[in-house]
Amino acid sequence: MEALVAIAIGLLTAGGIYLMLRQRTYPVILGLSLLSYAVNIFIFAAGRLAPGLPPIIDKAQAGYTDPLPQALVLTAIVISFGMTAVIVLMALGSFLSSGDDRVDGGAE
Amino acid sequence: MSLALIAALPFLGALLPGLTIRAGRSACALGAGVFTALALGMVALHAPAVLRGEVVQTRIDWLPALGLNANFRLDGLGLLFAGLILGIGLLIILYARFYLDRADPMGRFYTFLMLFQGAMLGIVLSDNILLLLVFWELTSLSSFLLIGYWRHLPEARQGARMALAVTGGGGLALIAGMLILGRIAGSFDLSDILTQREAIQASPLYLPALILILLGAFTKSAQVPFHFWLPHAMAAPTPVSAYLHSATMVKAGLFLLARLWPVLSGTEVWFVLVAGTGLLTMLFAAKVALFKDDLKAILAYSTVSHLGLITFLLGIGTKAAAVAAVVHIVAHASFKAALFMLAGIVDHAVHTRDIRRLGGLRRLMPVTFGLVAVASLSMAGVPPLNGFLSKEMMLEVAAHTPVLGNAWILALLATAGAMLSVAYSLRLLAHGFLGAERGDYPARPHDPVVALWAAPAVLVAFVVAMGLWPMPVAGWLVDAAAGAVTGAAVQTHLALWHGLQSPALWMSLFAFGAGLLVYAAYRPLRDLWEMVVRPEGKAMFDACLGGLGAMAQGITARLHDGALTRFIAIAVVTIVAAAGYGFATGGYVAGSRVLTPVEFAPLVAWGLLVAAIAGAVVLHRQRVLALLLVGVIGLMISVGFAYLAAPDLALTQITVEVVTVVLMLLALNFLPALTPVESGAWRRWRDGVIAGAAGLGVAGLAYALMIRDAAYPAISWFHLAQSKPGAGGTNAVNTIIVDFRGYDTYGEIIVLGIAALVIFALAEALLVPGPANDRLLARNPGEGDAGDVHPMMFVVATRLMLPIAMMVGTYIFLRGHNLPGGGFVAGLVFAIALVMQYLASGQGWTQARQRIDYHAMIGTGVLIASATGAGSWLAGRPFLTSNYGYVHLPPLEEFELATAALFDLGVFFCVLGAVMLALFSLARLAQRGGDRVQARAFDAPLPEDH
Repeated sequence: MEALVAIAIGLLTAGGIYLMLRQRTYPVILGLSLLSYAVNIFIFAAGRLAPGLPPIIDKAQAGYTDPLPQALVLTAIVISFGMTAVIVLMALGSFLSSGDDRVDGGAE
Repeated sequence: MSLALIAALPFLGALLPGLTIRAGRSACALGAGVFTALALGMVALHAPAVLRGEVVQTRIDWLPALGLNANFRLDGLGLLFAGLILGIGLLIILYARFYLDRADPMGRFYTFLMLFQGAMLGIVLSDNILLLLVFWELTSLSSFLLIGYWRHLPEARQGARMALAVTGGGGLALIAGMLILGRIAGSFDLSDILTQREAIQASPLYLPALILILLGAFTKSAQVPFHFWLPHAMAAPTPVSAYLHSATMVKAGLFLLARLWPVLSGTEVWFVLVAGTGLLTMLFAAKVALFKDDLKAILAYSTVSHLGLITFLLGIGTKAAAVAAVVHIVAHASFKAALFMLAGIVDHAVHTRDIRRLGGLRRLMPVTFGLVAVASLSMAGVPPLNGFLSKEMMLEVAAHTPVLGNAWILALLATAGAMLSVAYSLRLLAHGFLGAERGDYPARPHDPVVALWAAPAVLVAFVVAMGLWPMPVAGWLVDAAAGAVTGAAVQTHLALWHGLQSPALWMSLFAFGAGLLVYAAYRPLRDLWEMVVRPEGKAMFDACLGGLGAMAQGITARLHDGALTRFIAIAVVTIVAAAGYGFATGGYVAGSRVLTPVEFAPLVAWGLLVAAIAGAVVLHRQRVLALLLVGVIGLMISVGFAYLAAPDLALTQITVEVVTVVLMLLALNFLPALTPVESGAWRRWRDGVIAGAAGLGVAGLAYALMIRDAAYPAISWFHLAQSKPGAGGTNAVNTIIVDFRGYDTYGEIIVLGIAALVIFALAEALLVPGPANDRLLARNPGEGDAGDVHPMMFVVATRLMLPIAMMVGTYIFLRGHNLPGGGFVAGLVFAIALVMQYLASGQGWTQARQRIDYHAMIGTGVLIASATGAGSWLAGRPFLTSNYGYVHLPPLEEFELATAALFDLGVFFCVLGAVMLALFSLARLAQRGGDRVQARAFDAPLPEDH
C-alpha cells in the first residue's frame, strides 16, 4: 500500500508541475490543484498508513493512526480552496483585462 | 521595573508630539522635554547606588528559550551615557524649538527625536545583548528618519540612505558578532559575559567575533574607512547633528567598545585593530577637517577625528587609557555639541555656513563669538578647559605606550593629531569670527534670541567648570564610568597641572606651537592640498552600491525574468538537484516498518486515480474535460482518505471538491474552452523530464518516509491520550483543530476570510469601467447553451434538498467533537446546499430570498472565535483555553457542552461565508457579463429573445 500511495503522490507532483509549466493560466491553475493534492497526501502520509484505525477514541479499537497530520491537512485542504479561488480570480482578471490568458504576458 | 520604565519613557514621549503639536510648537517641545526630564530624574534617583559601585538591574523574561530577555542594567558607564543622552537631549529639545522654522513639521521632528533618544537609552541600559542589538538597529532607523527630516532636499535623502546603509550594514555584522560572543560565553546577558574574559579570549571564535563586533562599532562611530557617511549626514537639521553626530549616536560604537572592553581588550589583535584604526582615523580626519570650508563639515571631520582619538585610547588596553577615553567622551560631547549648535546659530543669522564668506563676526555676534571661542579652544585643548584635561591624558598615555619597542612612535603621532586639532580649531575661530567685518554677508549677522543660545551656553559653562574644577564637577562620574569599563575601582586624579616632569606637558606645548605654525602657513598648505587628487568617499560608495545593484539585478534577471514558467522550471530543477545530491551523498538505509497489505477495492480506486491524473495531463487542452478529471482525482483522494483511517479528511476533501469544481466551472464560463498548442515537442519533452524527475523524487521521499518509523516519538500520542480527558471529545482530529491547536485554526480561518475578501475586491476591480468591464459587457452568453436555464426537476430537487442538507450539516457540526465532522465540514456542506440554490434557481431568485451578507458572516465567524478565545481570560486562563462540562436536560440523554464547540461555530461561519463570498464574486462577474438574472426562477416564462 505504501508504494501505491507514494506512486500516487509522485504522479500528482509530476502532473502538477508539468501543467504548471504550460503557458496558459488555466492549466497552471489545474497544475497547482494537483500539486496541492500531492502536498496534502504527503503530509498525511507522514503520519504513516494505518487502515482501519481512525483517530476516534474507542476502547474497542486496537490502536489509532496519527491524528496530527490529519488535523494539519484538514485545514490545508480548506485553505487551498481559498488559494485556488484567489488565483482563479487573478487569472480571470488578467484575461478580461488583456484579452489574453498567457501566463508570461506574451510568446516566449 | 524602573529601569525598563526609564527605557520606555522616551518611546512613550514619542507618541506625544502628534497630539501636543495641535496646542502649538512650545507645547510640543515641552511635552518632549517633560518625558526626557522625567527619565533623567529617574536615572538620577539611581545615581547614588551606582556611584557606590552597585549595578542596578531589572530583569524581565521575554523569550528565555532564546536567551532574549528584557534585562536592563545601570552601572557607571550606563549612568554616564544615560546622563549624556538625556541631559544633552533636554538642551537639544530646547534648541530645536527655536531653531526649526515655522514651516518645518515640528511634531514629526520631536517624534523622531524621542524615538532616537529611546533607542539610544536602550543601548546603554541593556544588559541582554540581543536586546541591545534591537535598540542598536532602532538607532540606525531613527537616525535615518532624522537625517532625512528635510525630505525635500536630495542631499538629505541621500545622506540618510548612506547613513542607513553603512550603520545598518555594520549592525548586521554586529548581530553576527554578538551571537558568536553569546555562544562562547553561554549567555546573552552582559552580567555573565563580562565575567568570562579568559574563556572568550581563548576561544578560536574570538577573532571572528571581535572583527564582526568591531565592524559594527566602527561603522557606527564613523571610523576610517567607514567615516564617509558622517559628513553626508550633516544634511540633517543642526539639532540632529549636534545630538546624534557629536554627542550620542556616533558614541554608541565607543560605548560598545567600552562595554565589552573587559572581555575583548588586552590582546595583540585588539590593540592593532582598535588603536590602529583609531589613530589612523584621528590623523586622517583631522587633516581633512583643516581643509573643509563648511562649518558643519569642519565639525563633522573634527568629530570623526575625536572619535578616532577615543577609539585609539580604548584600543591601548590599559586602565589609564580607558580612564582617558571616558574623560574625553564627556569633554568631547560637551564642546562639540555646543559647537554644532553655534554653527547652526551662525547659519541662521548669516544664512551661510561657508567659512570663506564669514569672518569678522566678533563684534556683530558677540555672544556667539564668546561661546564659540571657549568651545573651540577646548577642542584645541587649551587650558583651563576640559578639552585640555583629556588631551593631556591622551598624550600621557601615548608617551607611555611603546610600539615595536619604540616609545616615540605613538608619542609623535598623537602629538601630530593634537597639532592638527589646534590648527583647525584656530582656523574655525579666526576665519569665522576674527578679522575685518565684511560688507557682503548674505544676511545681516546678529545674535539670536536668548532661548537659542541658552543651550550651547549651558554646555560651554560645563566645559569651563569641568576644566577649572575637574574633580567636583566630573571626577565622581568618571570614576564610576571608568570603574565600570575596567571592571575595577578607579580613583582618578583629574588636574590641569601635573608638573614639569610630565611628558604630556611638553608634547602639548609642541602641539600648540606646531599648530600655530600650520595655521600661519594655511594658504600654501591649502594650495598643496588642492593639487592632490583625493578619493571621494561618496563616489566610491555610490559606485559600490551601483555595482551591487547591477549585480543583483543581473542575477535576478537571469533567474527570474518575470516569466512564471521559467521560474518554476528553475526552482524545480534546483530543488531536485539539491535533493538528489543529498540522496547520493547520504547513507540511505531501507526502513523496517511492516508494510500495509494491498487490498482489491483500494487498488481499483488507485487505478482510477492514476488514470484520471494521466487523463488530466494528456487532455488538459480540453478544459471542461480536464476539470472533470480533476474532480475524479479529488474524489478518489477522498476515497483514499476514507480507507486510510482519515474520515474527517475524506469528508472535507469531498465537500471542497464540489465547491472547487463549481468555482472552476464559473471561471471557465469566461475563459476560452480550449488551450491552444503552443509549445513544441522539445519543450514538452523538457517539461516532462523536469516534472518526471520531481515526481520521482517526491515519490521516493514519500516511500522512504512511510516504510520507516518516526525517528523521534511523535507528539500526537499526547493529543490522543488527552483528547477525551483534556478536551472532552473523542475525535482527536477535531480536538486538535478546535482545542489543542486552536490558535493555528484561529489564524487559518482569518486567512481564509482575508482570501475571500481579496477575491471580492478583485471582482470589484474588474467591475469598474475599464477594459475588463468592456469585455464583460461585450460578452454574448448563452450561445450553444442548453435551452432551459432553470430545469424544473433541478429546481424542485434542490429546494427539497435544502432543509435536508442543512439538517445534515447541523448534525455533522454537532457530532464533530466526537465523530468525524465539525465546523469546517459543516460550513462546506451548508455552502454546497446554498450553491445548489444559486445553480438551480438563479442568482436573482436566491439573492432575493437570502438576506445574509457574506462579509458579515465572515466577520461574525472571526468574532465568535475571538470572543471564545478571549472568554478564557475571564476565567484567568490564557487565550483559547477550552473548558467543557456535561448537561442533563430530562427528556434528552446527557450531553456535553464545550467552549470548543463555540469556537467551532466561529470556524463554521467563517468557512461558509468565505466559500460563498468567493463563489458569489464570480457570479457577479457572470451577471455583468449578460447572464440572465431574474427575481423569479423557473416559475416565470423567459423572454422569447432572451
